[in-house]
Amino acid sequence: MNALPKRWLNDALENLGRIALLLNEALRSLFTRKLNWRDLIYQLHFIGVKSQSVVLITGAFTGMVLCAQTYFQFHKVKMDTATLAVVSVSMCSELGPVLTALMVAGRVGAAMAAELGTMRVTEQIDALRTLATHPVDYLVVPRLAATVIALPLLTSEAIVIGIGAGYVVAVYLLGIDPPYLWSNMIKYSDAVDVVMGITKAVIFGGIVAIISCYKGMNCREGAEGVGRATTEAVVISSISILISNFFLTLFLTRLLT
Amino acid sequence: MIEARDLKKSFGAHQVLDGVTFRIESGESVVIIGRSGGGKSILLKHVIGLLMPDSGQVLVDGENIVGMNERQLLQVRRKFGMLFQSAALFDSMTVAENVSFLLRREGKLTASEIARRIDETLEMVDLPGTQQKKPAELSGGMRKRVGLARAIIYQPQILLYDEPTTGLDPIVSDSIDQLILRVCECLKVTSVVVTHDMRSTRRVGQRILMLHDGKIYTTGAPDEIFQSRDPIVHRFVNGISDPKEHNL
Ligand SMILES: Nc1ncnc2c1ncn2[C@@H]1O[C@H](COP(=O)(O)OP(=O)(O)OP(=O)(O)O)[C@@H](O)[C@H]1O
Ligand SMILES: [Mg+2]
Repeated sequence: MNALPKRWLNDALENLGRIALLLNEALRSLFTRKLNWRDLIYQLHFIGVKSQSVVLITGAFTGMVLCAQTYFQFHKVKMDTATLAVVSVSMCSELGPVLTALMVAGRVGAAMAAELGTMRVTEQIDALRTLATHPVDYLVVPRLAATVIALPLLTSEAIVIGIGAGYVVAVYLLGIDPPYLWSNMIKYSDAVDVVMGITKAVIFGGIVAIISCYKGMNCREGAEGVGRATTEAVVISSISILISNFFLTLFLTRLLT
Repeated sequence: MIEARDLKKSFGAHQVLDGVTFRIESGESVVIIGRSGGGKSILLKHVIGLLMPDSGQVLVDGENIVGMNERQLLQVRRKFGMLFQSAALFDSMTVAENVSFLLRREGKLTASEIARRIDETLEMVDLPGTQQKKPAELSGGMRKRVGLARAIIYQPQILLYDEPTTGLDPIVSDSIDQLILRVCECLKVTSVVVTHDMRSTRRVGQRILMLHDGKIYTTGAPDEIFQSRDPIVHRFVNGISDPKEHNL
């Protein structure tokens, strides 16, 4: 009767369990084995440096539209000078980490899943294993570590750019008085917002890397398998980011205040 | 010594290995023959622990590797070198990086020693001067020889070759056969060769195992196999298709 939902639930739980095992193996390897610095730096370059344009554009335009929209609403109740405070708080705690993570999931997650997936279907992962190399040590750990390091940095960058772009829009386009704008922003933004944003970024980084690596390493045969693994990596990472964001907000707010 | 006991493996409803049992002594050079799609590559992957059987045991030097976790298997696999049917070179690395992968990861040798070993090994597989090429720039046969170089460079005790001469011209095939023999004799290596090439079977095999219908159908010295009166063996080694299959 309920065969389909049951199977779906079974699959979901099985995947979740195997992702947890992969994460466990990766963390154990990260802390007990020698990390290959060259691989880490290569991945950092790929994830961090090459995501610059994407992150800058996302951050800037999000800050700008947020500022304009807030102003349109706040202007009605004569709260013009609180505009940037809203931009700052929401960039720091929600939009900065979430949008950056989504962009990175699209760019980096897809690339990881495709790369590992191709390695799997062309037996390169098997070849690694015959050369006495654990695929988790060699492939997953550098990617996981690099994403977890790079994402908070990219997020900070998106936050700064977003607030900066918002400021420019508020002052030069909407004509809000800069000193009030600035002092209100300082007054209502809290270090807690920043800590929350960065903590989220670290967790999102882990989510993107582990899901994409999992999907790549468990990819089905053939070009179609690689294609599916890539799509699924992006979709599942993105959804996990959005869902976990809600719970992280609740949990971190409780924890930090 | 490698021993398989009653190995069974199926993919879905397709029973690929159905009770494979054999024993290969140290220093022996064994050829496995069998129909295409008969499960030879799958069998090799069980021997080195890349795949786990549904049931049965694989003993390497008396140690059962079935049920070991990946980290324990990595220790055992250090004894093995494997040439994949598809060569399975790392396509993001140059030939030199591919060949020296394990040596570089172990980090026991200096860079110049590793470079010397790379040159030597590439010379052995008849590919001098290709160090800086990427796998995509090589022909299929050249890739296979790089795969061979990658497997023999660290001097393992057991070498598994999955169709080492398929896709190579007769002259290079011959030199690969010579190489397999030489490696086997000089380094006291155990070789397991999967091949469809009857000429090289005759040349490198001290003993032949024939895999048929998921079981070891017969085993024996090359002469016995090639002169066998058994219809299945006879047809296989002489390349005669079954008249019944024509009518399908
Ligand atoms: N991952 C897999 N999933 C499902 N079936 C598989 C898988 N790998 C192999 N098989 C099946 O197992 C059988 C044996 O495959 P294998 O590659 O071992 O054949 P082989 O004897 O090496 O053939 P060839 O001489 O052509 O290389 C084939 O029929 C194949 O369809
Ligand atoms: Mg095969």
